[in-house]
Amino acid sequence: MFAFCTDPGTLDGLAWFACYLTTGKHLAFYGAFGTVLLLLAITAPAALLLGFGGAVAARSRIPPVSWIGKAYIAIVRGVPDIAFFLFFVIALDQGFEWIRHKIRCPDWDQPIRQGSDFIVCAEAKLPLSTAPQWVHETYGFLVAVLTFAIVFGAFAANVLYGAMRAVPRAQVETAEAYGLTRSQTFRRIIVPQMWVYALPGLSNLWMVLIKATPLLFLLGVEDIVYWARDLGGTKTPQFTDYPHGDWRMWYFLALLVFYLAFTKLSETVLDRLMTRLTRGQATLAGEAQRKAGA
Amino acid sequence: MKTLMMTGAALALTASAAFAQDVIRMGTEGAYPPYNYIDDNGELAGFEIELGNELCARAELTCEWVSNDWDSIIPNLVSSNYDTIMAGMSITDERDEVIDFTQNYYPPTESAYVGASEEADFEGGVVAAQTATIQAAHVAEGGAALIEFATPEETVAAVRNGEADAVFADYDFLKPIVDASGGELMFVGDPVPLGGGIGMGLRESDTELKETFDTIIGEMKEDGTLNEMLVKWFGEEITTY
Repeated sequence: MFAFCTDPGTLDGLAWFACYLTTGKHLAFYGAFGTVLLLLAITAPAALLLGFGGAVAARSRIPPVSWIGKAYIAIVRGVPDIAFFLFFVIALDQGFEWIRHKIRCPDWDQPIRQGSDFIVCAEAKLPLSTAPQWVHETYGFLVAVLTFAIVFGAFAANVLYGAMRAVPRAQVETAEAYGLTRSQTFRRIIVPQMWVYALPGLSNLWMVLIKATPLLFLLGVEDIVYWARDLGGTKTPQFTDYPHGDWRMWYFLALLVFYLAFTKLSETVLDRLMTRLTRGQATLAGEAQRKAGA
Repeated sequence: MKTLMMTGAALALTASAAFAQDVIRMGTEGAYPPYNYIDDNGELAGFEIELGNELCARAELTCEWVSNDWDSIIPNLVSSNYDTIMAGMSITDERDEVIDFTQNYYPPTESAYVGASEEADFEGGVVAAQTATIQAAHVAEGGAALIEFATPEETVAAVRNGEADAVFADYDFLKPIVDASGGELMFVGDPVPLGGGIGMGLRESDTELKETFDTIIGEMKEDGTLNEMLVKWFGEEITTY
């Protein structure tokens, strides 16, 4: 990085650290913070969308649709995250490849499962084995996002399902008295009012999601915990220009500060959002706001 | 405009890749120096990376390295997410039932115990080893209590902080660590020969690729290039072919 870094063995103090903290490996570590933030930015809305779909399905008056919604919530919430992450990603990837295989290679005569091997034709590989490395990494990242969204979507579905039922019955009755249909009531009365009931549950989920990001490495994405573990590990002079002892404590301390700062920021934003959503609602807090303003 | 350029670049990349010959994706762990590790630049390096690149060059194949967590390294191979494993993986009967191995490119060697003092009780005390390794299996069979860790680094750290009495791992992985510890760590007891050497793991159905690499490893043993690499990475006292 800097010109004086050519021979790190001769450096000490600040200059050594300046060089050490700007190695390619450290830059990858800093980049991984971006990966984590990007994952959160995509996963949160995706999980909310899945959750909304799940909640609507679970509420449906058509029994099969309602069963699907309820089964999704029950199964995903009931399976330990780690088991889900380890099993699901490989299964999901194989599922995609199997579908592509059926479409692209209808003449294939060999079995797809040979012993423990899973073999599809080269054109059905996802991504193609000829694809450049960044395509593989992006694909891995998207599978991770999808997995996170499905897991957290199930929890969000349960929160939203409860929130929809928490909207005061009087509101719905009034809507019915005005002659609104069931779907109009849902769109104009229930959905706008449910958020204030959903937010405490959803904010919990957001916090858990932030803390669950280290699971990324299980999915093959090199996240901040992976780099911290590798960078902090004891480095012997034979394999690096910057030998040092076991520094994992310091790296994990940095992660701790990052996560604490991030959750603190989230809390502040969520508090403001709660105040905003409470305005004009038929809840205790909404009533208090109205009186304070009057 | 920027998006347009990006799309153009992406198209160019896919087009050139489509004309290139098949790419062999090589899986490794990237956490087991000197076999494989990540260097200061964040790139994979080590004995197996150098050897793998040479094997690919001789076979005239395009190879791409992938790092993968040790725990899921075999499931991802059989699921075709990459095509080979070169990760200091010893050839054992249990693994041979699930995947295939080439002939070994690293001779059967000894595993060793390292403790924080000469009196470290590696026979009846607590011994650290990496999960799903031949060393972990060996400790589990013996009289010592086994404590498993996901990465090699953590097994050594467990001895340093007193959580374990000794760590049991490949001699060649432990040696640079003991050398650099300045007397804090030392070998205890006698080395134990384990496994059938280290080979490249491939899917059982991938016989053609296995033949290719098997032949080239044989050639490299004969012309002495493999020995040179072994000495370069593991020092003069390594067993050569």
